[in-house]
Amino acid sequence: MARLLIAAVAASALACAAVGLARAEDGASAPAHQEWSFQGVFGTYDEAALQRGFQVYHDVCSACHPLKHLAYRDLEAIGYTPAQVKGIAAQYQVTAGPNDQGQMFQRPAQPSDMFVGPFPNDEAARAAENGALPPDLSMVVKAREGGPDYVYGILTGFVKAPAGFKETPGTYYNATFPGHQIKMPPPLTADGQVKYTDGTKATIPQMAHDVATFLSWASEPNLDERHRIGFRVILFLVVAVGVLYAAKRRVWSRLH
Amino acid sequence: MAPPGPGAANGRITRWIDYRLPFVKVMHHELYEYPTPRNLSYWWNFGSLAGAMLVIMIVTGIFLAMYYTPNADLAFDSVERIMRDVNYGWLLRYIHMNGASMFFIVVYIHIFRGLYYGSYKYPRELLWMLGVVILLLMMATAFMGYVLPWGQMSYWGATVITNLFSAIPGVGHDIVTLLWGGYVVGNPTLNRFFSLHYLLPFVIVAVVGLHLIALHTHGSNNPLGIDHKGPGDTIPFHPYYTVKDSFGLAVFLLIYAVIVFYAPNFLGDPQNYIPANPLQTPPDIVPEWYFLPFYAILRSVPNKLFGVILLFSAIGVLFILPWLDTSPVRSAKFRPVYKKIFWLLVIDVLALGWVGAHPPEGIVVTVGRIATFYYFLHFLVLFPLIGKLERPRPLPLSIGAAVLGGGSVPVAERG
Ligand code: HEC
Ligand code: HEM
Repeated sequence: MARLLIAAVAASALACAAVGLARAEDGASAPAHQEWSFQGVFGTYDEAALQRGFQVYHDVCSACHPLKHLAYRDLEAIGYTPAQVKGIAAQYQVTAGPNDQGQMFQRPAQPSDMFVGPFPNDEAARAAENGALPPDLSMVVKAREGGPDYVYGILTGFVKAPAGFKETPGTYYNATFPGHQIKMPPPLTADGQVKYTDGTKATIPQMAHDVATFLSWASEPNLDERHRIGFRVILFLVVAVGVLYAAKRRVWSRLH
Repeated sequence: MAPPGPGAANGRITRWIDYRLPFVKVMHHELYEYPTPRNLSYWWNFGSLAGAMLVIMIVTGIFLAMYYTPNADLAFDSVERIMRDVNYGWLLRYIHMNGASMFFIVVYIHIFRGLYYGSYKYPRELLWMLGVVILLLMMATAFMGYVLPWGQMSYWGATVITNLFSAIPGVGHDIVTLLWGGYVVGNPTLNRFFSLHYLLPFVIVAVVGLHLIALHTHGSNNPLGIDHKGPGDTIPFHPYYTVKDSFGLAVFLLIYAVIVFYAPNFLGDPQNYIPANPLQTPPDIVPEWYFLPFYAILRSVPNKLFGVILLFSAIGVLFILPWLDTSPVRSAKFRPVYKKIFWLLVIDVLALGWVGAHPPEGIVVTVGRIATFYYFLHFLVLFPLIGKLERPRPLPLSIGAAVLGGGSVPVAERG
């Protein structure tokens, strides 16, 4: 028992250490670690923060960034009522059809439609953004080392460039971005930029934290369920390990 | 001793079937009575764990394939659909994705177990070689599986690895075109990789079958590395090893579950959540962790062809291992010198893994070269040499005697 456990733990520790080592030295300095309600075994998303984060996305980021993998009805999972979701969707137009005349037509988006992006295609996005492509944000938290800390770091990282740093025109100094020259103009610039409906003070760090929370949910909407099921599965397995160990001892005791 | 189990063919129907197709009888013999050394340690659990992993991979894979779309324009989104819209799709995918890692951890431990206890020696040479075939098939399967989600690492990993074949003189470029189904990695590549990714696991099942037939012909090796000679040395597989394997499986699943539920992306590369983009090379292209030591060997020499030859030799050398080892003693327990170099090899392979994870610059290159050199030195020089020069410690008379207390005999007198 003890030996097997040691072997198993050693093997996983080795694997983790190898991956950790492989990660540690890549690129820019790791973004500072923030507190997130959804980390840890019992971590869950904070619904109020998710809704505030959606507000930030809706009011600010959605001007440039699509959220391709979400449908409007997914917002019900973060506490919006079906009527509210319908209202949010109706703010956007989608192309539908063909109708019985064979014509495509525009209609307001419905809850079952995917989020409508700001640009019809990547070329249009580049043309509007000085050649830079604002990436789809639906997976950005999973697609970057550091996850939510990185997104928070980017949004709060627009500081004055150190003396002597040569900035390329059309880029902005960002302490977190690899290479420090990002083509995104600072999106969060003033306290109170977003009018929170729940009375929370919309400071820049607060907005950054909220939108990073929302984007974490967008990347991993099943996290709450995963943590919940995981806890039960692990509890079950702990019991199974105990029972089977006792059974093993009993069966093998016949040998001695 | 074991309690008397139910006879092989009791009921009338079972007897009728067994007379024509001895299924129950064979199963009873191989899984129930099957005499097994009584002294197997927990290192012997990893074989059954590998079998469990193979089943888990096939079951989750078949369900994933019901929703997955093997088309370069749709594959990435279809995997995301599985993650978001398919009921428990995230669970299926995280089990499958991390299952590949768990499978390799288990199989690597299983292989090192074999190396330590000399399980590749007479009369288990074919058993060992079939194991190496399984490893190769697993590597091909995992490589092609990793291409399926069609993220950045899928695409660029596929590009780098398939390009290796172009180093083969003469036919290299034709082979690459054949692998790609065209002149670039693209939709035809994805299609054939999906087809093969579905096929190869079943080939693995077949080879595992042969592996088990070979195993059951002479039985398991054991920590003492001596043959079992009589009933005092063995116990029936059931219930002793069924219960021990079940317990091991539960411990293993516990660790696996912690990863799947609480760190499902820890072993993966974040880059693979960015859709494949042929126009944008990622900052560095790193294979999955289980390929890192081989990747390091590949890159240890500046010449591509030579690198590829080394890569294949690194696995090829395992095939001829039974004939490289000249020692009459199996278990490292009784081989003081071999025991030391065994651990050196473990360290060497870990070092290669570290090298494989880093861009080949400066110290990384040096360590990579030394470690690659040592890898081959270990098998091609030290193995035959130490077998001849080393003085093994005396072996116990029998497994039973060793377990229950008894004398030992010098190697020369071993039967
Ligand atoms: C004016 C348009 C615009 C707005 C508004 C905007 N972004 Fe961006 N964003 C960009 C562009 C352009 C890039 C690409 C930058 C580059 O590649 O250098 C980008 C890149 C990013 C990245 C990726 C950085 C990386 O590692 O590649 C993140 C994360 C991001 N934006 C988050 C946000 C969030 C969150 C908001 C809302 C608070 C937001 N952006 C608002 C234009 C915008
Ligand atoms: C030897 C057993 C197997 C191994 C080692 C293996 C390995 C892998 C790996 C590493 C991936 C990529 C995971 C990711 O990053 O998303 C993958 C994906 C996939 N595999 Fe397998 N696999 C095995 C068996 C199977 C079988 C038998 C099937 C089908 C019957 C299958 C179907 C799939 C599908 C559809 C995907 C794409 C979905 C996804 O990426 O999650 N696999 N496999």
